[in-house]
Amino acid sequence: MKRIITQLISLSVAVLIIGCGGGNSDSSGGNALSGYVKVDGSSTVFPITEAVAEEFGKVHPKVRVTVGVSGTGGGFKKYAIGEIDINDASRPIKGKEIKKASENNVAFIELPVAFDGLSVIVNKSNDWVDYLTKEELHKIWKPGSTVKTWVDVREGWPNEEIKLYGPGTDSGTFDYFTEAINGKSQVCRSDFSKSEDDNVLVQGIAGDKHSLGFFGFAYYKENKDKLKIVPIDGGDGPVAPTETTINNGTYQPLSRPIFIYVNPESGKRPEVKAFVEFYMSNTKHLVSEVGYVALPDKVYELALGRFQNSITGSVFSGKNTVGVKIENLLTE
Amino acid sequence: MNNFKSNIEKRKRIESIFRTICKALTWTSLVILVVLLYHVAEQGFHRLSPDFLSNFPSRFPDKAGIKSALWGSIWLISLVFLISVPIGISSAIYLEEYENKGKLARFIEVNISNLAGVPSIVYGILGLAIFVRFFGLDRSLIAGAFTMSLLILPVIIIASREALRAVPQSIRHGAYALGATQWQTIYHHVLPAALPGILTGVILAMSRAIGETAPLIMIGALTYVAFVPESIMDPFATLPIQIFNWASRPQAAFEEVAAAGIIVLLVVLLTMNLAAVIIRNYAQRKYRW
Repeated sequence: MKRIITQLISLSVAVLIIGCGGGNSDSSGGNALSGYVKVDGSSTVFPITEAVAEEFGKVHPKVRVTVGVSGTGGGFKKYAIGEIDINDASRPIKGKEIKKASENNVAFIELPVAFDGLSVIVNKSNDWVDYLTKEELHKIWKPGSTVKTWVDVREGWPNEEIKLYGPGTDSGTFDYFTEAINGKSQVCRSDFSKSEDDNVLVQGIAGDKHSLGFFGFAYYKENKDKLKIVPIDGGDGPVAPTETTINNGTYQPLSRPIFIYVNPESGKRPEVKAFVEFYMSNTKHLVSEVGYVALPDKVYELALGRFQNSITGSVFSGKNTVGVKIENLLTE
Repeated sequence: MNNFKSNIEKRKRIESIFRTICKALTWTSLVILVVLLYHVAEQGFHRLSPDFLSNFPSRFPDKAGIKSALWGSIWLISLVFLISVPIGISSAIYLEEYENKGKLARFIEVNISNLAGVPSIVYGILGLAIFVRFFGLDRSLIAGAFTMSLLILPVIIIASREALRAVPQSIRHGAYALGATQWQTIYHHVLPAALPGILTGVILAMSRAIGETAPLIMIGALTYVAFVPESIMDPFATLPIQIFNWASRPQAAFEEVAAAGIIVLLVVLLTMNLAAVIIRNYAQRKYRW
């Protein structure tokens, strides 16, 4: 018995020692910055922050940037009690969240980092849909919608049942789509196939001729060969989402800015300051690599200025961000 | 006589039908497992390389590696082992050998059985409130390890108690008859005899801990970590969380990275179980009654 116990102990000690041994990273870089930058929040913004953190790590190897995924709302909960330095957000901060943060004396600097175009998608072999208007989308997705077949959407389309796919109701993507199409976030018909995993939506739509769904532009970009994208007519004629139309604001109303929120107290720490400055000056080259669309250059400059002058508060919160020009909001 | 014969044929028929059903169902689960493993191996095998083990996560699928998550999982599981096994086995000994009668013991027993059925996310919420916030351990390895230990303790305690109960009373009586104290009886006779059973419980519990994700997400294990933890107070990522993140990426190439991650997780799991099985077999050979 004794021997077994000794063996067990030595085994676990050995495992621990091996565990410690792995810790020697050869970070002999000349840069003196060190410390932690804690980021959490939206899974939509995660790929951008991860890319920035990866590049930042090459310049400042001793700064430990950690990025979690708790969702925009989950991230704001941690942010409001000062547990994290930066929150990734796929929508502007809500009034409730501002109130919660100010109760704990946590302020925020709001920085837009990229555009995300929501794309409306049909099956590759769908040959009847040429474009959809905002009104048609509303007719399909409004609560209590009577649209059951494609012919209900527009005369002349097949009398086949329309299968709807969309992200789960907790996601920022769902919030934004319902706000843009149905006028109010979270207001939507409920009888559609939902998944928090956008890859499941891609599979669903790719395998069903009469399907229609929506999700982030990045997922369309990576699955172009399996899906067909639908141009949207927001009032000025149908526009398909592309990098250009999202960036110059002609793809309306389904493109949205996504953000990071920085705690100004954390922003005083040199490692956080360096990280945010790096973020604002390098994001435009990194966003397209991960499937998003860069903001106009001017916006990054304005946002960097807001951070450097520690301008707190939100210019997006509570406003209808559908179809706004970001430069105008930031210079207001 | 005739009657009797036909009856026996009918009974034999039922026997063979039952046997076929059992066989078919056994094979079904096995085939599903093999198909899953084959699918994973086919997708992920070519992504396995020394680089995959020594690189940190990346936005480029061909550069992405699993180093931080692998070390995070190894750290976590070692800590969980060091915390939960001593507590679990001691509790089982106390409940089974010292306090095995009476209302208190029954009360504790019912509670432990119920705890074993509590969904893991609940332990996550508990861990967040107690270890992360109340004790101020932050989102560290040790907070994760304590939470996971809570989660698997009931499993270890229940399995250890069953194992101790299975040790024949005659062994205890024999030891007492030779003048051994209760401590000597337990340490020299009962525990060694129960060890194989206890280890089976520990194997199951550890396997559960290494694959569990929900409570860790709750207490704030991270998805992008580009360093290896150096102390128990460091933030960390674990294999299942990293795999989940890769699987939900838009780029198809990340699916292969996720598959490679699953292979690594399986290898870690099997190695761990193999070690425990070897120790168990060794113990089983040594003590027979």
